[in-house]
Amino acid sequence: MVRLEPRPEPSRRMMFASPLIAAALMVVTGYVMFALMGREPWQAFHVFFVQPLSSDYGIGEWLLKATPLMLCGVGLALGFRAKVWNIGAEGQLTVGAIVGGGVALYFHDVDAGWLLPLILLAGMLGGMAWAAIPAFLRTRFHTSEILVSLMLVYVAQLLLRYLVNGPWKDPAGFNFPQSVMFHDAALLPLLVDGLRVNIAFVIALALLAAAWVFAYRSFAGFRMQVSGLAPAAASYAGFGEKRNVWLALLISGATAGLAGVGEVAGPLGQLQPSASPGYGFAAIIVAFVGRLHPVGVLLASLLMSLLYLGGEAAQLELGLPSSVTGLFQGVLLFYLLAADLFIYFRFKPRASGAPQPSEAT
Amino acid sequence: MTAATARPRLQLLGITKRYPSVVANQDISLTVRPGEIHAVLGENGAGKSTLMKIIYGVTQPDAGEMLWEGRQVEIDSPATARRLGIGMVFQHFSLFETLTVTENVSLALDSPPPPAELAARIARISAQYGLPVDPHRLVHSMSVGERQRVEIVRCLLQQPRLLIMDEPTSVLTPQAVRTLFQTLRRLADEGCSILYISHKLDEIRDLCHTATVLRGGRVSGSALPQQESPESLARLMIGRELPVTKLPPRTPGAPLLEVSGLSLASTDPFGTTLKDISLSVRAGEIVGIAGVSGNGQKELLAALSGEQPLAAADTIRLCGTPAGRLGPAARRKLGLGFVPEERLGRGAVPELSLGLNTLLTGSGHGLVRHGLIDRAKVRDFARRVIERFQVKCGGERTPAGNLSGGNLQKFIVGRETLLAPKVMLVSQPTWGVDVGAAALIRDSLIELRNQGVAVLVISEELEELFMISDRLAVLAEGRLSPTVPTAATSVEQIGLWMSGAFGSEPVVPARAEVVHG
Repeated sequence: MVRLEPRPEPSRRMMFASPLIAAALMVVTGYVMFALMGREPWQAFHVFFVQPLSSDYGIGEWLLKATPLMLCGVGLALGFRAKVWNIGAEGQLTVGAIVGGGVALYFHDVDAGWLLPLILLAGMLGGMAWAAIPAFLRTRFHTSEILVSLMLVYVAQLLLRYLVNGPWKDPAGFNFPQSVMFHDAALLPLLVDGLRVNIAFVIALALLAAAWVFAYRSFAGFRMQVSGLAPAAASYAGFGEKRNVWLALLISGATAGLAGVGEVAGPLGQLQPSASPGYGFAAIIVAFVGRLHPVGVLLASLLMSLLYLGGEAAQLELGLPSSVTGLFQGVLLFYLLAADLFIYFRFKPRASGAPQPSEAT
Repeated sequence: MTAATARPRLQLLGITKRYPSVVANQDISLTVRPGEIHAVLGENGAGKSTLMKIIYGVTQPDAGEMLWEGRQVEIDSPATARRLGIGMVFQHFSLFETLTVTENVSLALDSPPPPAELAARIARISAQYGLPVDPHRLVHSMSVGERQRVEIVRCLLQQPRLLIMDEPTSVLTPQAVRTLFQTLRRLADEGCSILYISHKLDEIRDLCHTATVLRGGRVSGSALPQQESPESLARLMIGRELPVTKLPPRTPGAPLLEVSGLSLASTDPFGTTLKDISLSVRAGEIVGIAGVSGNGQKELLAALSGEQPLAAADTIRLCGTPAGRLGPAARRKLGLGFVPEERLGRGAVPELSLGLNTLLTGSGHGLVRHGLIDRAKVRDFARRVIERFQVKCGGERTPAGNLSGGNLQKFIVGRETLLAPKVMLVSQPTWGVDVGAAALIRDSLIELRNQGVAVLVISEELEELFMISDRLAVLAEGRLSPTVPTAATSVEQIGLWMSGAFGSEPVVPARAEVVHG
């Protein structure tokens, strides 16, 4: 029988190996799953993981879909480091899309350089405002930010659906639930002609760098980290618990809001009943697979983005349901959490005689 | 001591345990005979705890043999140890506060009997060994001494033939220590061997038959404690003479910390309410506050440090400024330094490096520029602390959690000291700290006092308070006794005050409303 024992100290090696192990196990599971469904597994893998990246257009899509994951993921990672569990990035993303899109609609006939920055700013503020609700309730009434932020996702989604079905519906849109298309001045410039990836990707990269500075070099980031690691030490040092909650939620709300406005002012070009295929939830996986580190978030975003693309390709080429994407994402998180156990524990060999060499981690 | 010639109960031969950065035990051999009380003496970091963990099966040695009653054994888990007849009472209790004594004991047994039967057995054992414990009481209503009895009874239920006690007296009043020693002697008379870990030399001389002294992970000697003096034991333990603490006479200056009429209801349902506490600490003096933990120490410290801000600003004045409503960071700006009782998780973040741990309280001292951490300054500051206070570690990048208790305490005291406070607040400065580190910490507090800092020390160790305090007071049941010059009082008087009997204020009503000790 296999037994576990706690490691004397958390294994750093395992901390980095865990996402790789999880990804490998995800592939194995995929192999079994494809085989059981009667598909040739290697061909399915090819469709899923290689084909999407075998054209310039594909690579553009890859980066495009990675962008909102990077944005949401990095904000969540900063909050999770401080042990503030914002599960509602999807809602903050949606409100970011609503507020940013609202500004774009309001200034629909304006063609000026200040419009796009204003739209992006509005999106961020929208996300922050939505995240401020769980922050306020947590600091004022000790409610769980996990539940409040999660429930607010559905409120935000219903709000968006109401708007595109009602007041903001394009009058000339044949009754489709969507707004008018935004003016060019309200759209994010493309990075390369012919590809859909836009300047939001560059903004996301810059924010990852900024997040690294914030988390590892700034005193404010240090305060948040201490609040997460040792609340009593934070209290001893005078780092306010409330400030920590507010900062964590506002930062993740802002990046999620930016991701949302990046969608409507980017590939969508208008408000539609849904602003995202679940980037805000997928970003939770991104943050953890990325080990709450900006570089990890970048890599995890690229992987998750590929899962989205692969899912679409599998749908088209293999006739597989689109839920394959969600399945892969879920399986990845599942294996990650399982593998993370071995950061703190290790297998205990059966007592058989020879003394153990000490764990050199 | 019975049968010195009998087969040894436990024999360790050449036990070695290496950790990545340190050899915790190097070639350790010792022999414990039936009915022997065997002291394991050593400074923090000497390898005592590792050795005990090996014996109790918490961790396994890299080399060496263990013989249990003459038979070679591999103890791969505490369960195995318990089956052999080894029990251990840890320094930090592992009891669930919201459960009863019986429930707690039941959880620890491998195959617990029905509750009623277990309760009866607990009652029987506790009566038999003079360890009064009510099996049906909830643990949260019990004093620290009572909780320790629960832990001991829990071990005794399994009829151990070797009992390991890890620093058992650090939480007890002098009265309770005497009772504990009677129990231990009784157990030894019945043939149970006891491994007694401590750094308190007087206790070891009083209680133990033999002693093995560890220094730097090796056996530095063994002794018959009753034939040794504290000085000779200390020399074995720290490799040099016992340091002497001197408190030169000094005339104090203006009051820097003034507390007037501090009353505070505890936010913790099991906490202590502070009642009308007034106190003043002047520049260049050390005021000691004695008392058994749980009498309002935690609450008083939280109120003084600012972790629990007060309603009225005037209740606490720091260097003349009303500070009652300020938080910890603002009070630190006024010149407050604070060494809390819990080192890991409060005074320092275990996962972070020593360098980053200086930022907890040192951020106002040029370690942060434009919101960014000045890493060079942080490194220099941490190195200065490490050097000045002889913190044994691998450098400023070592995580705080890797340091032994004494070294971490030196680091925290050093950090607060080098931040040049005007008022220094210290809780249990040498709790669980070895002789060498304790002397260094006490000297540094006296040094602060000599430089004109107002120092307030809250400690359970009376001996220590008498050594370093200019004036003394006692905190009992949330009330503070009058403050008296140390020279004008005695251990007896302070001991009496510790039970709550002091001064002109009515004692009886206060006692009635406080349930726990």
